Order: sequence, then structure tokens, then C-alpha cells
Amino acid sequence: MSVAAAIRARDPAELPGKRDEDWRWTDLRGLIREVPAPSTPLDPGSLGAGPFDGLADEVQIVANGGEPVRIEVAPGADHTVALRLVSRGDGAHAAQVSVHVARGGRLTLLESYEGEGAYLAHAQLSLAICGEAAVERIVLAADDGEAVSVSQAEVELEPGAGFAQTILTTGARRQRLETRVRHPGGHARLRLDGVYVLADRRHGDLTTVVEHRAVDGTTEQLTKGVVRDQARGVFQGRIIVAEGADRTDARMGHHALILSDRAEIDAKPELEIYADDVACAHGNTVGALDEDALFYARQRGIPEAEARVLLTAAFLGEVVDRIGHEAARDLAADWLSETLR
Amino acid sequence: MLSVSNLHAAVEGKEILKGLSLDVPAGEVHAIMGPNGAGKSTLSYVLTGRDGYEVTEGAATLDGEDLLALEPNERAARGVFLSFQYPLEIPGVPALTFIRTALNAQRKARGEAEISAPEFLKLAKAKAAELKIDFEMLKRALNVGFSGGEKKRMEILQMAMLSPRLLILDETDSGLDIDALRIVADGVNALRSPDRAMLVITHYQRLLDYIKPDRVHVLAGGRIVASGGPELALELEREGYDKYARAA
Repeated sequence: MSVAAAIRARDPAELPGKRDEDWRWTDLRGLIREVPAPSTPLDPGSLGAGPFDGLADEVQIVANGGEPVRIEVAPGADHTVALRLVSRGDGAHAAQVSVHVARGGRLTLLESYEGEGAYLAHAQLSLAICGEAAVERIVLAADDGEAVSVSQAEVELEPGAGFAQTILTTGARRQRLETRVRHPGGHARLRLDGVYVLADRRHGDLTTVVEHRAVDGTTEQLTKGVVRDQARGVFQGRIIVAEGADRTDARMGHHALILSDRAEIDAKPELEIYADDVACAHGNTVGALDEDALFYARQRGIPEAEARVLLTAAFLGEVVDRIGHEAARDLAADWLSETLR
Repeated sequence: MLSVSNLHAAVEGKEILKGLSLDVPAGEVHAIMGPNGAGKSTLSYVLTGRDGYEVTEGAATLDGEDLLALEPNERAARGVFLSFQYPLEIPGVPALTFIRTALNAQRKARGEAEISAPEFLKLAKAKAAELKIDFEMLKRALNVGFSGGEKKRMEILQMAMLSPRLLILDETDSGLDIDALRIVADGVNALRSPDRAMLVITHYQRLLDYIKPDRVHVLAGGRIVASGGPELALELEREGYDKYARAA
């Protein structure tokens, strides 16, 4: 049962849906009656620039699926790669990306989803990060409001490695951005952050699963979102601490604002702890914009719409501020103010 | 300047202001004193246009213009400033950013050009120094983690930078020790001018030792029940509000 298999076989029965516990809020099976025909190939040369091109020393384009892409970082090397997953048209396509960062290597992966059309897209990413290597992955997802888009990343960390991720998304007709991390403990560091800003009838699902398999691992997670109109935000965060994975320190936060009566948030933070000596915590809040703060800003002369943007941007800005790569952080801050306007 | 006549206002269907009338000419400082529950905070929120405060009768004008028809930000742009009894914390928005956004929004509403960044910083530094506020504090999120006294000083700083024409101080002395009170009062007094009016709302006479009013009004039961000179504040301090509460 997978989106990639459904696209390959053109069989909607292969799509995940409500009956799968992990997909009950992002039902694809019930949405898609017929898997679209394969997308027509797209010439990467015909595309304009991507959002991160200026920041990267290498640009990789995956257009309407196409051939698998491999990104390699040699031992001790330092790379900034823009990875563009581009979708055009109303067809179906699947992409595959594998990333390998050798011992002591550093990679800034600036990943963008750029879509136009009512496509069905799937991206499968696998990231292997060796000891003493560090990866920062920043995902900017700009899918079409008519599209269905699923991205699934599997991250394998070695002891002593670092992985930090920030996802920024405006959703799609239905969208899921999923990250699964096998955490080896051993002082490997993990940060998994996300921001969703959803309007109209868009749907955005940020799902993460982290499996702490041995002692001395840390995970920090902060996801924030706002939904308005009839949009729907989904956050599923699961942290599993296996038996014997003592001294695990895992913190998860999800905080969202609902800005209209018809918007919806579904959140499921889960900690499954089988070890004895751990420090784990999660916080989950869903609320409205603080009306008192809003009046305070208006009393000082800031018009209501502008005050709402100011307060919402500040709420979400906490996540953007955690981005390590300076230029990407600036770009994310610009994205935020553009998106909220 | 400010003219309020026969103002009636309700909160959640309950009438709080019951025919309040008041005139504060330019250049004057008027104190509104009254017992708890008299409607002091309601008056400040009605004049500034907070949601949930429904005016059922009467009028309030600023230089002849109907205040009650304007949005809160439009009133601010015309020079109405409320120093909150409990200033709000604005997480994630540095004080400088907040004040610059407010100042530029007001200027835009008045058809003036935006203030330039260097000009703004110069102004902020000068006003912060006058109010003994560490400039570094202005880079932090507004009021987040600030003490009661710091929050009040931040209100006065905003007042000084936005340069309003009608200043409403709602229980500005609450939560202040005597040193903080003196700094805040000096800041307010520095803003006294012939083209500004001030409305100082307070429960206690103490603040009026530092901000000397031209007129004192007693608010009880949603109306002004007595008016007089500064000596009225001293009488209230001595004798309490009992006789006015009964009269209301």
C-alpha cells in the first residue's frame, strides 16, 4: 500500500486511506477515484529559476518524476544543494532521491516543491548521514491548490551525526510531508521543525516518526501552523523510545492558530516510551489569535489586518528563527511575510 | 478637545456607563477618580473602541469629530492613546519593531511619509534615555518577561514616541514602586503641552501628587457625580468614596 505503487500500477486501491490509522486524516483512497495517466516528461531546461538557486553551489532538478537522483557528500566536504521537485500538468508521477553524507561531511539541502496543475505527485527520499556528519534540510513546499502531493523521507542517522529539518508549507488540495528518522542515540542530534500556513480549502499534513533505538539521543521538535477559511492542518508526531534507549531527551511541541470557524486542525502527538531513564515532553495547543493583543496593537494605530499579520508572523517566526543557515532563514522569513499578507 | 456627553455603554448587555458627561479642553489634565466597579476602565475602552463595549446612547467627540464612529486604529491616528492598566505581552515582536510599525501606520493614516530607520532609532534612543530604559530592552519582544514597572515605562515610551494629543492613563500607578512612579510621572509631565489633553484615571490620590491635575472628577455608578479642583482628590483620600457611592 503506497502512493508510489498506486501511481505505478494506476490502481487507486493501492492508495492509503481512512482505514490506515496513520492516514485517517489524509485520506487519499477516498479522494482519488482514478489514478491520472503518467505525467508527460518535462525538460528541466524549460523551467525558470527555483527559490533556492542563488544560495546553492549545486542545483538538482527532478521534473515530473524522471530518473532517480543521487546526492553524495564526500568525507569532510561541505555542500549546499538546491533540490527542486517540479510538477507540471494533471498527470501522476513519482520521484526518487537518495542522499549520502559521508563521515564528517556537511550538507545544506534546500528542497523545494514547485507545482502547477492538478497532478498526483509522490517523492521518496532516503537520507543516510554518517558519524560526525551534519545535514540541515529546509523544505519549501509550494504545491498547487488542485494537486495531491506526498513526500516521504526516511532518515538514517549514525551515532554522532546531526540532522536538522524545517518544513515550510502552504499545503495542496491534499498534501502530506512525512519524515521518519531512525535515531541511533550515541549523541546524535535531531531537530524536526515545521510551519504550515493554510488557506482556502487547502490541506497540509506534517507527519513525523522518530525511533530512538539506543542510549544518549536527543530530539527537539517544534511545529507551528495557522489555518484559515476552510483549510485543514494535520500534525502527527510520534516519538518511540525503545527499551534500553536510556538518557534519551526528546521534546515535541505543536502549536496552532485557527483563524476561522470553518478551518480545522487535527493533532496527534504521541510518545511511546519503553525505556526507564528518559526526559520526554510534549506540548500541544490549538487556539485563536489573542484578541487582547490584537486590540492593543490596534490602539497603537496598527490597522486590524496588519495587526493580525504582525501577530501571526511573530507566532510562526519562532520556528523560522531556529533555522541555522542564515540566508535560508532570511528567505524563510520573507516567505512567511509574503504568505501571510 | 475631548467632549463626552450623556454617554451610556454596556458590556455583555449590562449597562456600566449611565449618562457620563465630561469636557477636557486642550492643555488641561483631568483626573477621573472612583471606587472599583464605577466604570473607570470601561470609559477608557469605550473611548478607544474596544470590541464588546457597546455604546447605547450619547456621544464622544475629539475636536468635534465623532470618535465613536472610528476604528481603534483610526482613533489612534487622530491622537488618542491609552496607557493600559495591564500592558499586553507581544511575543515574537521586538518592542522597536512594534513601535515603528505603529508609528508608520499612524503616519500613513494621516497622509505623512514614513519615518526613516536612522531617524526612528535616534528618536527611540533619546526617549529611552529620558525614561531610563536600557536600549537593549527595546530589542526584546515587547513586554515579554518585563516587570510591572518596566511595562509601564514601556507604555510611556510609546506615548512619547507616538506623540498623541489625547492621553488616557488607566491606573498607571498600579504595581509601581515610588521610584518607578516618579520616572513614569516625569515622563508624563514632559508631555504636558497646550495642545494636548490628558485623562488620568486612578483609584488612589497618590499618582496625583506627581501628575497634578487641573480638574478632578468623581466617577461613581457610571456617571460623573462630582467635579472640582485638585483639593477634591485630597478630600477623597481623606474621606473615601462612600458618600459618592451612596449618591450614585
